[in-house]
Amino acid sequence: MSAHETHTLDIRGLKVSVETKEGPKPILRGVDLTVKSGQTHAIMGPNGSGKSTLAYSIAGHPKYAVTGGTITLDGEDVLAMTIDERAKAGLFLAMQYPIEVPGVSVSNFLRTAKTAIDGESPKLRTWMKDLKDVMARLKMDPSFAERNVNEGFSGGEKKRHEILQMELLQPRFAVLDETDSGLDIDALRIVSEGVNRAKEATGAGVLLITHYTRILRYIDPDFVHVFVDGKIAEEGGPELAERLEAEGYDRFLVAT
Amino acid sequence: MTKIDHSKATLDSAHSHGVVPDVSRAARKTSFDVEDLPVPTGREEDWRFTPVSSLRSFFEDTPADGHVRWVVDQLPAGVSLTEVDPEEAQGLSVRAPGDRVSALAAKHTGAAMVLDIAPSVEVAQPVEIGIKGTGDNVRGQFLIEVGARASATVILDYQGSAKCGEFVSVDVADGASLTLVVVQECDQKSVHLAEWVIRLGRGSKLHSSTATLGGALVRMNTSVAFAGEDSRADLFGVYFANSGQHIEHRTFIDHESPRCRSRVTYKGALAGETARTVWVGDVLIRAEAEGTDTYEVNRNLLLTDGTRADSVPNLEIETGEIEGAGHASATGRFDDEQMFYLQSRGISEHEARRLVVRGFFADVIQEMGVPRIERDLLRTIEARLEDVDD
Repeated sequence: MSAHETHTLDIRGLKVSVETKEGPKPILRGVDLTVKSGQTHAIMGPNGSGKSTLAYSIAGHPKYAVTGGTITLDGEDVLAMTIDERAKAGLFLAMQYPIEVPGVSVSNFLRTAKTAIDGESPKLRTWMKDLKDVMARLKMDPSFAERNVNEGFSGGEKKRHEILQMELLQPRFAVLDETDSGLDIDALRIVSEGVNRAKEATGAGVLLITHYTRILRYIDPDFVHVFVDGKIAEEGGPELAERLEAEGYDRFLVAT
Repeated sequence: MTKIDHSKATLDSAHSHGVVPDVSRAARKTSFDVEDLPVPTGREEDWRFTPVSSLRSFFEDTPADGHVRWVVDQLPAGVSLTEVDPEEAQGLSVRAPGDRVSALAAKHTGAAMVLDIAPSVEVAQPVEIGIKGTGDNVRGQFLIEVGARASATVILDYQGSAKCGEFVSVDVADGASLTLVVVQECDQKSVHLAEWVIRLGRGSKLHSSTATLGGALVRMNTSVAFAGEDSRADLFGVYFANSGQHIEHRTFIDHESPRCRSRVTYKGALAGETARTVWVGDVLIRAEAEGTDTYEVNRNLLLTDGTRADSVPNLEIETGEIEGAGHASATGRFDDEQMFYLQSRGISEHEARRLVVRGFFADVIQEMGVPRIERDLLRTIEARLEDVDD
């Protein structure tokens, strides 16, 4: 990673509520997390612990209201940025449930996004080649580029398409929200290899949100954080994931 | 979002989502005698969405005042444009008018225009006709006659500023193929009430696209009758209503012959206070129309508050021996999740809206089959969208 610049994504005391019919419901209750370029942080935890809320809050989804704390990227206030500004600043969210956009082709979508993030349109010939190469490595059929964004995609195709974007848009920090869910073993390997390639190519920092340890066989985490009830309950190295694999989350749930 | 989708409606579950006081859509009165068609009150099924109180002059049996100018560059071989008197036009019409406005249009048309495509002629270049109305009481009838086994593309571009009642008869003879493109870009004060009656002969094809963009009040009432078996009709529509516009499309597909296939796909966007659209899609599958395959869909995108889109599919089925019959209707706003997804990839809100609207209309616009018109239409829609953002 020494060949790449080092950037820092810093989350301090983050509190987030989500709008419900009964009024705002607090989900995150003070999260502290620092991710540096080249690092992979696995965020693990039981369902409903706030992992996805953290992902959406970083990306700026309007449904989530930040009620306290800060998120900064190299000292810049991320919370003051619009959704697209965050992407331009180098943040990327691979979604658990990517959204269909009827009538917009994958190739048009990707080129529009690349142009927006780079501030200029990519050179056509290089772009076409890059797109073709990355798709081939992710074992995506070339006809995929002419399909409408996520429309009629299988679960596995949606996830590959997310990682295709990560590879092409080259973010400084990528948040992968349960990218492993719904993938069979082959797809999981292909998608994980894509993440590793993108990391290697750009030195990106990765926040890997997952319920299971399965994906950690393919993507090595430097740090593991266990989320329980909107807070980080325990932190450690890769060995913590192994312990979770053996013991499950019960230990934490009893403690709260 | 309101949404219905009954892609597998059958005889058992044949149903209607609107009020249909007619015993059957087939029972609706048609006549060249204006007296047979009383002035509507606004409570009738076929007028209930139209602001009839603002249309009094259209229902009055008075001579026309104003004119329609036809602008044609050069007609290809085998294609002619001639004038006929109202009696002859009446004889050529595929059926009588179904409402008072079109009956008055036929009565007071003066001369009626006839666009004739000779039998067996394959017209390669599109026949493009500009129609420009001027005046406060314009009445007109015109006819398109496509001879047996002929094929042609006809583009009608409505311009100008007028209050215009119109009756249009289209006769597609056996084995003929007609691609029809109707672009409505009258000025924002215009009122245009048109009834189109289309007859399809055996083994014929109609591919029709309508883009309705202009006018204060536009009502296009289109009936397609399958007079012969093994024919096919594809009707596409695109519309965009801003504040002060009422855009109404009614389609009636009359399956009266066996093994015909119909597809009706209309999509609209609405923006601004009082923007109003109506789509009513009637399909009748008569007892003799075995092997029918029909599907109709209407989608509306509400871009701002204060708009209203009515969408009413009606399906009447008199035989169970069909290939398929279904319909779908959905009206909704910009999808927040779609917008978030695009913006989270660095795409600005403005650009994301543009992508979503383009994408929404893409499939119907691509069906127009005339690249220049497709490009113009996309540009016009994008310009209208720019106005919304301001």
